[in-house]
Amino acid sequence: MKRKHPFRRIMIGAAATASAVVALLALKQPGGSSVAGPAQQPGAGAGTSVGAAGAAAGQTVLGEAVNTQYGPVQVRVTVTDGKITQAEAVQAPDSDARSQSITANAVPKLNQAALTTQNAQVDAVSGASYTSKGYQESLQSALDKAGL
Amino acid sequence: MAAGSPEPGRLRHVEESMGTVFSFDIRGVTDEARVRAGLRAAVASLHRVDEIFSTFRPDSQITRLGRGELTPAECVTEVAEVLDLCAAAERESDGWFSTRHAGRLDPTGLVKGWAVERAVRMIASSGAESVCLNGGGDVQLHGGPWRVGIADPLRPGALATVVEAPEAQEGLAVATSGPAERGCHVLDPHTGEPPVRGLASITVVCPTGLTAADARATAAYAMGEEARDWLEALPDAEGFAVTATGGTWTTTGFRHYAAQLAV
Repeated sequence: MKRKHPFRRIMIGAAATASAVVALLALKQPGGSSVAGPAQQPGAGAGTSVGAAGAAAGQTVLGEAVNTQYGPVQVRVTVTDGKITQAEAVQAPDSDARSQSITANAVPKLNQAALTTQNAQVDAVSGASYTSKGYQESLQSALDKAGL
Repeated sequence: MAAGSPEPGRLRHVEESMGTVFSFDIRGVTDEARVRAGLRAAVASLHRVDEIFSTFRPDSQITRLGRGELTPAECVTEVAEVLDLCAAAERESDGWFSTRHAGRLDPTGLVKGWAVERAVRMIASSGAESVCLNGGGDVQLHGGPWRVGIADPLRPGALATVVEAPEAQEGLAVATSGPAERGCHVLDPHTGEPPVRGLASITVVCPTGLTAADARATAAYAMGEEARDWLEALPDAEGFAVTATGGTWTTTGFRHYAAQLAV
């Protein structure tokens, strides 16, 4: 089935992957034997900082800064034709070349991690009842915005 | 709220009512004027249900009935219809579904599902080929194909699984209950407390419609782990649960509805 607005769906996935970048960074840091996930959930916050949408090529999503056990981390991912083509840490505890190479290695892993949401291609989302206020943060709200 | 025609033959609409938001997605629209009239009637019916059944409105018929100011016979016919459905749901669930919380009359666990199912029937009878109506997280489908994601209760923003309604599936409904449900309005009717051995969420899929799915999801969430055997034994019901520790289980027939994910 042809989807008219695949990009918004991808954004949902991209927002979720912001925390995956953080997790991957934490994994590779010295002394990080076991990954404690990021303290904050990605939520809708990461998605709200999306720049102007519309063009098909090279959309950029800036995640919110997340405090990890190694310090604050903020990532930016670029999505082209439904794939994350670039991921970079705009803020990292150790912003040297090594960190940058780690984020580069993270790109294929991110695409894999994001597939579930990206490929789900759902028309609606069922979940525990939301209030009118809770709706604003819901996945259904994102689907509605994409379709209206 | 907003209404639009994003593509030919398709109508979408978002409407706030009953303290939540209803998302309409209508496909296969040939006679647009007629379907729009059906949509307007469906929207009006949701607001009417809110007026009659809201437990938050001191002047609603359900509030006045609960206070003894009205008899069932003095209420509009929908009240008796809903209370009969509630009584049936209470029997089917051996009391796990209940309309009596803290001495108040509260059919909330079923009335939204019933209202959504009725609204979808109105739109379908106006000539729409396929309808998907999401009422605050509970979804009634008509026609298809449709794909309904199940929100992962433990990972906001992620989906736990996807339910698929192929074209042949008429009237499939998907209801989910969990603790996020309006500040845990699901209570163990036997203790009046939140469920003890709680699930993170339970999704019930019913081919017979959202009235049944909504009531069963409410009862199943109150039951906790016991819901698995209960749903397995029920005809026309399948379940998908996310446990408190992040594990999942399904009833055996759920696989008929689980979408093949291209991951």
